[in-house]
Amino acid sequence: MTEGGQVTRIIVDVMPKPEIHDPQGQAVARACQRLGFGEVTGVRQGKRFEVELAGPADDSALARVRELAAELLANPVTEQFTVRED
Amino acid sequence: MTARVGIVTFPGSLDDGDAARAVRRAGGHPVPLWHGERGLAGVDAVILPGGFSYGDYLRCGAIARFAPIMADLIPAARAGLPVLGICNGFQILCEAHLLPGALTRNSGRRFISRVVRVRIANAGTAWTAGYERGQEVALVLKSGEGAYVAAPATLDALESEGRIVATYTGGNPNGSARAIAGICNEAGNVVGLMPHPEHAIDPLTGPGADGLAFFAGGVRAPVAR
Repeated sequence: MTEGGQVTRIIVDVMPKPEIHDPQGQAVARACQRLGFGEVTGVRQGKRFEVELAGPADDSALARVRELAAELLANPVTEQFTVRED
Repeated sequence: MTARVGIVTFPGSLDDGDAARAVRRAGGHPVPLWHGERGLAGVDAVILPGGFSYGDYLRCGAIARFAPIMADLIPAARAGLPVLGICNGFQILCEAHLLPGALTRNSGRRFISRVVRVRIANAGTAWTAGYERGQEVALVLKSGEGAYVAAPATLDALESEGRIVATYTGGNPNGSARAIAGICNEAGNVVGLMPHPEHAIDPLTGPGADGLAFFAGGVRAPVAR
């Protein structure tokens, strides 16, 4: 970054949609059971992106990252996402 | 004139060599296309081969969608150029929105590499005209993320419009919705197929030669257009 330039970090959490089968999460849940965490009844596995962009963390920055998430970071057929400031 | 069938190589493509061999065996002339270049070299059809383009980073096919050559391939496919996406190629076609839905991890979690039986449900596409509707063929399934999913309305539309090109028979190996092994776009020129016909063109190296007619389809393409 140039001196004095402001960097904003936006967090995008991507999760498989509830109706989408998540075999990875299931495998992790089973491993929890084997490890003795019997109280774990379910795990779903997703992804977290930390997106850094130039400029302030305003509504337009969030809107841009939301656009990016819908187009690239998440596949709207199988995933849902949330966007927030770090 | 011999049909020229372009085969795109992405970083991580594996089956471009077998696809070229299949095109040659079917009587066509394979034309290597490189992901990083623009233009389709005037080919009559294009195959997106299997493999792990860009290491399957982000999602299978998600990065390949933005390769320079896709900027030419996507409009050409929309304009009617026959395009066959096999395995990773199918994933790329979905990510590029040339086909609906998506391919997700196999329901059994394991990578599957074995011969599967597939029923041709639509013999009217650019790539399946060499088959008869209902014909069963032996192909090779070789994927970890081959489970086809789409919204129920999309699945209903695919079914009612005859756009399910192939279904698994004798069991659903990967948990695909409605046992879908392949689909096509509305015009029938773009086909995505999860099992590999290019590994089934010769009894010496595969389960038989059932897959060869897919490539004969691409080779016939210039006449059909």
